[in-house]
Amino acid sequence: MSAADQETRVQLYPAGLVPGTLSQIERRVPADEPPPLPANAELAWIGKPVARYEGRAKVTGATRFTVDIHLPGMLHGRLLRSPHAHARLLSLDVLPAAALPQVRAALAVNEAAGRPVEAPPPPDAGPLARARRVLYAGDIVAAVAADTPAAAGRALAAIRAEYQPLPFVVDLERASASDAPLVYERPVRGENYAGAIPGGEAPPQNGNVRGPSTAGSRGDARAGLAQADLVIDGEYRTQVQTHCCLETHAVIADWRDDGLTVYLSTQYTAGVRAELARAYELPLQRVRVVVEATGGGFGSKSSAGPYVRAAVALSRAARAPVRVVLDRHEEQVDSGNRPATLQRLRIGAKRDGSLTAIDLEAWGTAGVALGAGVGFIAQSLYRCDNFAIAQSDVFINAGPGCAMRAPGNVPGAFALEQAVDELAGRLGLDPLELRDRIDPSPVRRAERRLGAERFGWRPRAPGADASPVKRGVGMAQSLWAAGVQTNASCEVRIHRDGSVEVLSGVQDIGTGIRTVLAQVVGETLGLRPADIDVRIGDTDFPAGPPSYGSMTTASLSPAARNAAHRALLELRRLTAGQTGRLSFRESCARLPVDRVSAVASRSEDYGGFARRSGDMAQAQTTLGGVQFAQVAVDTETGAVRVERVVAAQDCGRPINPRQVESQVHGGILMGLSYALYEERVIDRHTGHVLNADLEHYKIARAGEIPSIDVVLLEHYRGTSSTDAYGIAEPSNIATTPAIANAIYNAIGVRLRHLPMTPAAVLAALGRVPGGRPA
Amino acid sequence: MEINRREFLLGTGAAIAGHLAPAASGAPVAPAVDTAAPLRVVLTVNGAERALEIEPQVTLAEVLRGPLALTGTKIGCDRGACAACTVWIDGAPALSCMMFARDAVGRAIATIEGLARREALHPVQAAFIEHDAIQCGFCTPGLVMSCAALLERNPRPSPEDVKSAIAGHMCRCGTYPHVVDAVLAAAKKGAA
Repeated sequence: MSAADQETRVQLYPAGLVPGTLSQIERRVPADEPPPLPANAELAWIGKPVARYEGRAKVTGATRFTVDIHLPGMLHGRLLRSPHAHARLLSLDVLPAAALPQVRAALAVNEAAGRPVEAPPPPDAGPLARARRVLYAGDIVAAVAADTPAAAGRALAAIRAEYQPLPFVVDLERASASDAPLVYERPVRGENYAGAIPGGEAPPQNGNVRGPSTAGSRGDARAGLAQADLVIDGEYRTQVQTHCCLETHAVIADWRDDGLTVYLSTQYTAGVRAELARAYELPLQRVRVVVEATGGGFGSKSSAGPYVRAAVALSRAARAPVRVVLDRHEEQVDSGNRPATLQRLRIGAKRDGSLTAIDLEAWGTAGVALGAGVGFIAQSLYRCDNFAIAQSDVFINAGPGCAMRAPGNVPGAFALEQAVDELAGRLGLDPLELRDRIDPSPVRRAERRLGAERFGWRPRAPGADASPVKRGVGMAQSLWAAGVQTNASCEVRIHRDGSVEVLSGVQDIGTGIRTVLAQVVGETLGLRPADIDVRIGDTDFPAGPPSYGSMTTASLSPAARNAAHRALLELRRLTAGQTGRLSFRESCARLPVDRVSAVASRSEDYGGFARRSGDMAQAQTTLGGVQFAQVAVDTETGAVRVERVVAAQDCGRPINPRQVESQVHGGILMGLSYALYEERVIDRHTGHVLNADLEHYKIARAGEIPSIDVVLLEHYRGTSSTDAYGIAEPSNIATTPAIANAIYNAIGVRLRHLPMTPAAVLAALGRVPGGRPA
Repeated sequence: MEINRREFLLGTGAAIAGHLAPAASGAPVAPAVDTAAPLRVVLTVNGAERALEIEPQVTLAEVLRGPLALTGTKIGCDRGACAACTVWIDGAPALSCMMFARDAVGRAIATIEGLARREALHPVQAAFIEHDAIQCGFCTPGLVMSCAALLERNPRPSPEDVKSAIAGHMCRCGTYPHVVDAVLAAAKKGAA
């Protein structure tokens, strides 16, 4: 049935911002949608800081993560990894391993999941040209499964692998040179993802450089630059950041005749199920993915990576469940990362601040993978008719990058928001005033005002402090697409005894979706969230959305409300004709069957999506946020301390403001850490990661946290039965440029390279003998 | 793969030391060192004596999580850099991944599973829930153990005392601000 055939009705929904005055918006909605939900102030549970559903399990150690699961007969899998950054695998013999006692399987592994696909060698190529090439130190070569971890270790040592080392390249600039060693010898096929702008032809591939892609350009940037009264021109560099999930990637694969069960630390049970079903040609119902709790993901646990494929292959060969848990070193080297970038950004403006052109050339490296684009935020944040983008992926011999919390926009904002800050300075405008002129979003306008009030924002001259420790303030803005996954379903069951269950395959990665579901269903049924049982993390339940793209709550909370509404209607229908006004429990007791149930999926946004591709859609609005930072820079040591951050954020209707605040804290701290500390370092001479651990890879911890204030707006648009969107990524985008702008404001010199370490600060101040000024 | 630190400690150090630096994912694989005969030990965990047979090189964290099935104690790095494995030894927080299980014989070991008195949560646990000092929850048991130990030795901590007590913990979700709020609130409640 097409949308046009559906019965519809017209309803009024709250619209506008809180704080602020709400109006109403008229929406034509399918007839079976629940009634409009009033603003949070009028609700019992939605919009309230309800305690985290699984809080007790998490503080008592009862929560079972994938690494905590022990199955009867479970074997221990380990992976043999390339010691070379680039080599031909001349021979591989796993038989000596397979012959050892307690060893149950030993296999060659050649999995390219997460990488682009290279064209095959020509038919007349010799065996050497056809030999597998390992592309980075840590590339998986073989896998073993044994009764004990120690036996698995002995098995790894027994495998005979013979390599012919090849020249390699591990940094972006050297890899871009025409005479650089080639990571891929032949053309590759593959999808760019978030951060890059979708569309356009497959870009050219020259050497290690695949690009430029100019998709998303508009107008005539060259003419726009020529018309400008002034041009801001800067080159920005950002480093590789690693996800550092506390629970390393972990899987237990259990292949049986009647199907495959995978216990997996994952951000997307339904997606992994579909991937594995395709890969092993199994019907969907024969693949089950289960996870009670995922110990962090941040983008790195979105799909079934090569280690998962290896575990499945081992289980299939050994006819037993096989556990593979990456150790911390493997995790840091080969579980994904945020690509490094080099951006040249030019912005042309008139004296009144209006932008005449944005021209961005960007190169990024996701190691052996694609997807280092940064252009979305420069394309979309500000009003400008002329936008030129040319972005390229550069391959290097390093582990594949992947999505990481607001991919593309975090490095993109570091460049864009410093350039806009610089423009404000050149025009003699308060950076807030400039943004009032060029940012069309009424939501961010409100966030600038509310955030500035909370922060006590007063523009101050750069480098104004006379003392050696100089204070500075800065601000920056965020932009993120409001994504929705339409393949997001939820079942609500009402039982005869009055108990209620919510079921969905969705997974908990720490963002609190269980609590959200309990609040939404409780609100709809007139029950307390504590009365609702939430069962998730299992593909035996209706398919849940991914926990990435800040779209989990946006996708699933409307489905949960709709399912609860329909189950309630069914309860009323089956108990209609009963006399008197019945309580919920009394109604349930009169059910003619043990339970009633309804399954609902995410409907299209009321008023339609902006765009839709397969199961993925984008709302007509965007998500954003404005952050303010105060820093103290010690000009004698170069140390930067972030003293205070104020974040004004929006996510549609917030379902649980306390959980939202938790996520905003996380976004700010990850941004602060990226700004000042984190950097994966690869040795140019060996191709090995030098800081693949948690002591040399520096991350902000409790000693570095600033005072944080979160100003959370409610933004109503009447787009779904909950009107909720996400927060994780929007909260991670503005922090780094806000800190960079504050550092400039403190010392009067701009730092355009990340991380902004003490050494970088001292060099920028000209305090390092022989050091280069920024 | 890497050489296991404990295999190194107990094995022939000179023979394999060459593989240790840099700790590279593809470092040549050395033969695992066969361990000495298993030991029979009695460990006192959460007030109960647990007799078991262990290999001499296993850490306390491995024994807690494996044979004792107390998986609330987490291993995040297995080298003392993240503090997810924090337990109490004789009442003081300790990193169970940095301690051989046999060195814990005769000492009082307390894990996250033993902190609540049946249904009654420790005040720090209750405050963690109340203040949402939890996200993914993987680092949470370790943080709870360090924070509860702090209140045992200092019932009226300052915010700086709390930050100092958890300075060695790594939480990638960024729960630290709510952890500080929770511990201060628990202390206030305890004092009231």
